[in-house]
Amino acid sequence: MTSRNFDSLPTVEPVARLIEELNKLPGIGPKTAQRLTYHVIRLPAEEARALAQAVLDVKERVVFCSRCYNITDKDPCAVCTDLRRDQTRICVVEEPLDVLALERVQVYRGMYHVLHGVISPMHGVGPDDLRIRELLVRLQGSGVQEVVLALNPSLEGEATSMYLQKLIAPLGIRLTRLARGLPAGSELEYADEVTLTRAFEGRQEL
Amino acid sequence: MTPPSTKPRLFKVEAVVLKQYPLGEADRLLVLYTPELGKLRAVAKGARRPSSKLGGHVEPLVHTRLLLARGGSLDVVSQAEAVHAFPGLREDLGRLAQALYCAELVDAFTPDEQASPPLFGLLVEALATMEEGAEAVFLHCFELRLLALAGYQPQLRHCAECEGPIEPGQHWLSYRAGGVLCPRCAQGVSPPPAPVSLNALKSLRYLQEQPYGRAQRLRLGPEVGAEVRGLLRGYIRYLLEKDLKSTEFLDHLRREGMAPWE
Repeated sequence: MTSRNFDSLPTVEPVARLIEELNKLPGIGPKTAQRLTYHVIRLPAEEARALAQAVLDVKERVVFCSRCYNITDKDPCAVCTDLRRDQTRICVVEEPLDVLALERVQVYRGMYHVLHGVISPMHGVGPDDLRIRELLVRLQGSGVQEVVLALNPSLEGEATSMYLQKLIAPLGIRLTRLARGLPAGSELEYADEVTLTRAFEGRQEL
Repeated sequence: MTPPSTKPRLFKVEAVVLKQYPLGEADRLLVLYTPELGKLRAVAKGARRPSSKLGGHVEPLVHTRLLLARGGSLDVVSQAEAVHAFPGLREDLGRLAQALYCAELVDAFTPDEQASPPLFGLLVEALATMEEGAEAVFLHCFELRLLALAGYQPQLRHCAECEGPIEPGQHWLSYRAGGVLCPRCAQGVSPPPAPVSLNALKSLRYLQEQPYGRAQRLRLGPEVGAEVRGLLRGYIRYLLEKDLKSTEFLDHLRREGMAPWE
């Protein structure tokens, strides 16, 4: 790959190389890459080394848990081996970040299963591209009593939920999905038709 | 004061969202089909946040009214209100797969910013039909009408090369010529044209020539159905030089016995 011509420092090769590498990261343009590079130049050597080591560790030590496919540094992951958690419930999410979001609110104490995406026919992502087969294998004779679908309420999330429903319903396992309705801090007048309908259907006694 | 511009800074459009991509931290890039302006791209800022006012109004396959602000490279959605969200499509996997296929077809056959109000009408009507549940043959009606509007209507009554009449007997469909060929013209053509059974040819003619409502009620047997599907898919693949992504998912549902419309 030819190095880009960063006009401020065209000759100092290691600097140009770091700028170029940082510039490849999402959300980081050439100016931010330059600023970060100058910041690294001023860092004490041990901090720079810690940063480099952290980047390497993420690549070398982080793997997918062989049960739930969340990211972990030891397999099986801490959630899957935690005996205080409810082993009979599996919550299905799209991405590892969704596990973080759910763990933050501490309402769920069961297992997880990370699909690593959603079915998206218009972008060419099909069921075989996700960890769906692995989920079904996990459910076979496992004593799991409930599968909670916690996918995004987007078109793709709905498509994936419906697909999973067709596969899981015949297994006789209780299948639930998260409620949908009005988000906190929003306004009724801006709610769309689907959300408002679902919110109304899911109204609760006071 | 800003100098007067020929284009208004804010303009209203009616649109169907054909597809979307995540953009940046919380935005979505929308591909819209509008009656007056054809296919457009626009950014819905913050639409991926739960508290977004736009969110559900700019989901794919939603018929929506938008207020767009002209931006530098991309227009920005300033307000959105769904006209009809076709909730029935979101509650049935097969209907959803069919609708996504139709949306992808429209996207594939339309250049940016070329208006075609009939095509918009065709799409909205198709979404409404599929929301109620459509048979397999409906997709072929849609394909043939879209091909006609896009200027690729297959020639099924006369030989597409010599304009001669098509006699009963063996028939061939040439994707390159855009229609059926008589036995004489079919010889030595490269690539070799696809053989077409008489039943499939008659079915294609019926679907193309009968009024939309009547054509949709045609029932095809499994063999003819598969042949018609294969021929239209082959023709569309030839024209686009690729397979549409959503056909993969339709095939997947068919393989797993999740395609009740077949």
